[in-house]
Amino acid sequence: MSRGTLHRDEAVVLRTYKLGEADRIVVLLTRGRGKVRAVAKGVRKTKSKFGGRLEPTSHVAVQLYEGRELDIVTQAETIDRFRAVREDLDRFARASAMLETADQLAQEGEVNPRLHQMLVGALRTLDASDSPLVVPAFFWKVLALEGYRPEVDACVQCGADDVSLVAFDLDAGGLLCRTCRRGQSVSPEAVALLQMILGGRLNEALAVPPSPATHEVDHLATRAVEHHLERRLRSVTVLDH
Amino acid sequence: MTVYAGPVQDLIDELGRLPGVGPKSAQRIAFHLLKLPKDDALRLANAIAVVKDRVTFCHTCFNISEGERCGICGDPRRDTHVVCVVEEPRDIVAVEKTGEFKGRYHVLQGAISPIEGIGPDQLRVKELLARLEPEGIDEVILCTNPNIEGEATAMYLGRLLKPLGLKVTRIASGLPVGGDLEYADELTLGRALEGRRELD
Ligand SMILES: [Zn+2]
Ligand SMILES: [Zn+2]
Repeated sequence: MSRGTLHRDEAVVLRTYKLGEADRIVVLLTRGRGKVRAVAKGVRKTKSKFGGRLEPTSHVAVQLYEGRELDIVTQAETIDRFRAVREDLDRFARASAMLETADQLAQEGEVNPRLHQMLVGALRTLDASDSPLVVPAFFWKVLALEGYRPEVDACVQCGADDVSLVAFDLDAGGLLCRTCRRGQSVSPEAVALLQMILGGRLNEALAVPPSPATHEVDHLATRAVEHHLERRLRSVTVLDH
Repeated sequence: MTVYAGPVQDLIDELGRLPGVGPKSAQRIAFHLLKLPKDDALRLANAIAVVKDRVTFCHTCFNISEGERCGICGDPRRDTHVVCVVEEPRDIVAVEKTGEFKGRYHVLQGAISPIEGIGPDQLRVKELLARLEPEGIDEVILCTNPNIEGEATAMYLGRLLKPLGLKVTRIASGLPVGGDLEYADELTLGRALEGRRELD
């Protein structure tokens, strides 16, 4: 192993843990080395040189020293501040759901620059837009990246593409026609949104105002990610009141 | 991974449940304890037994307390109209050191962190609401940490408390006294600019 080397990388802080009196372990999704756990020394002191740069959602340029068990953060500079995400409780909760998903999907020692890029892109979009479909679109896109792109253009069972699609089944991984229907029923508006998101018309989907259909797509995306991860997402329900 | 015989593995498992202690550290601490003279190890065990026996949380504010009420809640000289909300009991110690605050406290026992599954229901928020009327509280100072979880907690509480007609304030965050401006990170400096005050 290349112990003792310095790495310069770009990273999103997924989560942090307190360590000892004043340190934290930060879990980073780096572009170059995948998920990395690193110690940020003294980061909880008010005079820390890191200030608020190493908190969940931060997008930073970091210098990491590869240690024996854990890396050590030696430098951190802000790339994106995501101010709206930090200062809006609802957006922070939605960002947390994306961080939690990325944390669950990324494995330490597995390089995944696409996931890093998608997370940065989704956080930037969330910071700039209040679209209800930012998080669901991220969920559907990462599922596709993982090799579980749902079938939304034809019936996943019989392949018919000239009939209306009326249901979504998580196990089958796609939409179903009236004859094959099982799982959760889906409105025609929600089917159209799914086709936009997965058919390369994301910007069109993000311009759609909140509606029962966006809510449907959001709920379905969460269920699909939870189905794939085989666990519930904590961030999704914790601030629902 | 269970490698060691019964009691040693039990000790490693228990240590591994402590905050900030990973499996490897748990193993290191366990072997340190095994090497320790019996007296020293038992002193540690006894200290734990005594705090669990005698020290609990104040039933009113959730500060550390030796009885049902902590020293601060039981002190008649403290201002009952204003309550300072903090994350942990040790934050009370920090605020008390300033000598600037004469009211009472409320300890949330944490901060909102969606990714860890910690929301208002996991914190002492209901207990705070229950104190407002009986104690005649009309001002709440939100003294949670100036980090993303602390800010989220303050935002949540602000949204909850302001409609009740209370004065709700948030401690200012800004530059550490004695530091050089050029070393401040942009978040801290931005906050300090927002919270600037007129010179009189
Ligand atoms: Zn069919
Ligand atoms: Zn008390």
